[in-house]
Amino acid sequence: MREELLRIIEKNSRIDLKELAVILGVEEIDVVNEMAAMESEGIICGYHTLIDWEKTSIEKVSALIEVRVTPQRGQGFDRIAERIYKYPEVNAVYLISGGFDLLITLEGKSLKEVSAFVSDKLAPLESVLSTATHFILKKYKDHGTVLARQYEDLREKVSP
Amino acid sequence: MRNPLSERIVGIKPSGIRKFFDVVSEMPDAISLGIGEPDFDTPWHIRDEGIYSLEKGRTFYTSNSGLKELKVEICNYLCRRFDLEYDYQKEVIVTVGGSEAIDIALRAMIDPRDEVIIPQPSFVAYEPCAILANAVPVLLSLKAENEFRLTAQELEDAITEKTKVLILPFPNNPTGAIMERADLEAVAKVVLKHDLFVISDEIYAELSYKGKHVSIAQIPGMRERTVLINGFSKAYAMTGWRLGYTCAPADITEQMLKIHQFAIMCAPTTSQYAAVEALKNGDDDVAQMREQYNQRRRYLVYSFKQMGLPCFEPYGAFYIFPCIKEFGMSSEEFATRFLEEEKVAAVPGTAFGDCGEGFLRISYAQSMENLKIAVSRLEQFIGRLRAEQKQ
Repeated sequence: MREELLRIIEKNSRIDLKELAVILGVEEIDVVNEMAAMESEGIICGYHTLIDWEKTSIEKVSALIEVRVTPQRGQGFDRIAERIYKYPEVNAVYLISGGFDLLITLEGKSLKEVSAFVSDKLAPLESVLSTATHFILKKYKDHGTVLARQYEDLREKVSP
Repeated sequence: MRNPLSERIVGIKPSGIRKFFDVVSEMPDAISLGIGEPDFDTPWHIRDEGIYSLEKGRTFYTSNSGLKELKVEICNYLCRRFDLEYDYQKEVIVTVGGSEAIDIALRAMIDPRDEVIIPQPSFVAYEPCAILANAVPVLLSLKAENEFRLTAQELEDAITEKTKVLILPFPNNPTGAIMERADLEAVAKVVLKHDLFVISDEIYAELSYKGKHVSIAQIPGMRERTVLINGFSKAYAMTGWRLGYTCAPADITEQMLKIHQFAIMCAPTTSQYAAVEALKNGDDDVAQMREQYNQRRRYLVYSFKQMGLPCFEPYGAFYIFPCIKEFGMSSEEFATRFLEEEKVAAVPGTAFGDCGEGFLRISYAQSMENLKIAVSRLEQFIGRLRAEQKQ
C-alpha cells in the first residue's frame, strides 16, 4: 500500500483521507497510521502546492546555478552544501555527477536579486571555485505536470 | 434498377450505441461514461517508436501475418505473462485490431448453419460477425446472480448438434465480469465433451483486478481448440493504432491467414513497429494504468454501494454494470433521462444484448474528477427518481 499511497499523494496531497482509503481498498484508519508513520520516518517531508507563478501578477525569477567547489577534508561536500542550503532563497541543493559538483535552484524577485545573491554570497564562499547561473525563461513541465497545455479529450463521445 | 443490397447485410441491425451517440454528440458539455477506450494517451516511448519508424522510411507492407519481430515479441509476452507457448511462424497473425481477429476466426471455422454460442451481454460485434460468416448465432443470456460469468450448465443448455464454436468474451465488456481458473475448467469440460472450439476474446486480459488473468488456452486440452484474441488497444491505450492478434493452432491459423491476406493484406506497419516497443518495454506502463483504473473501480463500487444501487463487484476491463430495475423504466429510458437531466452519458445495457435490459454500462476510462462529478449527479438523479416513486 505504501508505494501506491505515495504515488497518489505525490500528485494530490489534498486528497480526502476517506477517498484515499476507498481507492486503495483499505480502511481509513490504516491510511492515517501509514501516513503518520511515513511522516515520522521522514519519508513524507512536506505537502506542497504546484503553482504556475507565470499566471499570477507576482514577479518571480528562478535560476539554476552550477557550482564547482573544493571538497573539505573529512567532510566532503556536506559542509559547503550546508552553508549554501541555509540561505532561505535557495530552493534546492543537489550533489551531482559530471562537470561540476553542486546544482542549486534559487528563487528571487528579480534578475538583480538573484545576481546579487550569486556575486555577494555564493561566489565569495571560500571553497567555491566557480559558478554558472542559468535563468529559467519558461516552465513547460514541472513535477511531472505539463503547465503549458490544457488537457483535451479527443475521443468519440460514445463507443462500444 | 435491381436492389443493390444484400439481404443478409440489410437484415443486420445497426449497433444500438449509434443512436445514443448521436444524442450525446449534440451535448458538448456532457460527461461521457459511455466511452469504450482508455482515457490515457499511448505511452510516449511507444509513440516515439512509431514516429521513428516513419522517419526511417519503414512505410512498406510487412509480411501478411505481421513483422517477424513483433510475432516473436507476442510469443515472448504470452509465455512470460500466461505460460502459453505459440510458434511465431505458424500460429500467430497480427490483425487490424481485435475486431478483425473476431471476423477471421469465425469465417475460418464456420460452415453455413453451424451454430455459434454468444454469451451476452457482450461486445456488439460478435453477433453480426457470426451472421456475416453464415453462422447461426445462439445467444446465451448471462445472469447477474452469477456475476455474469458463464457457467457449465448454461453452456450445456445452449448446445445442440449443430454447435461448433463458443465465443468467450472475458474480461467482459460491458459487465466487467471475469472468469477465474475454476470457472474456465468447468466450461472447458463441456467444450471437450461436445468437441467444440473456442474463440476467446481476451482484449482486456491485462485489465484484471483479482489476480492475474487466466486464459482458457491454459486449461489442459484447450490450447488446440482455442483461437486466442488479444491486442494493444486496451492494455497499452493504443486504440487508434488498430492492432490486435490471433494465436491459434497452425491448421486454423493457416486458413485465417488466407482471409487476412486477401481482405487486409497486412496490419499497419507503423503500428507494428510501435507495438514491438510496447511489448518490449511497456510492462510498467500497463501496471500503472491498471492501478489507476483499479482506484477508480474501487471508488465506483464504493459509491454505488453508498447509493444503494445494486451492483456486483466487477474485476475486469474498465466497466461497471449497475442494476437499475428498481426505477421501473427501461435501460434506454433511464440513460436518456440521465443524459437529459444530469448531462451524464452512460450506455443502456441493451446495446450489448437484450439480456442487458435493466442495467447500465458505466465506463471508468474517465478522469477521477469527472467520475466524481458524474457520481454526485447520479446520486441526485436516483434520489429524485426514488422520491417520484414514493408519490
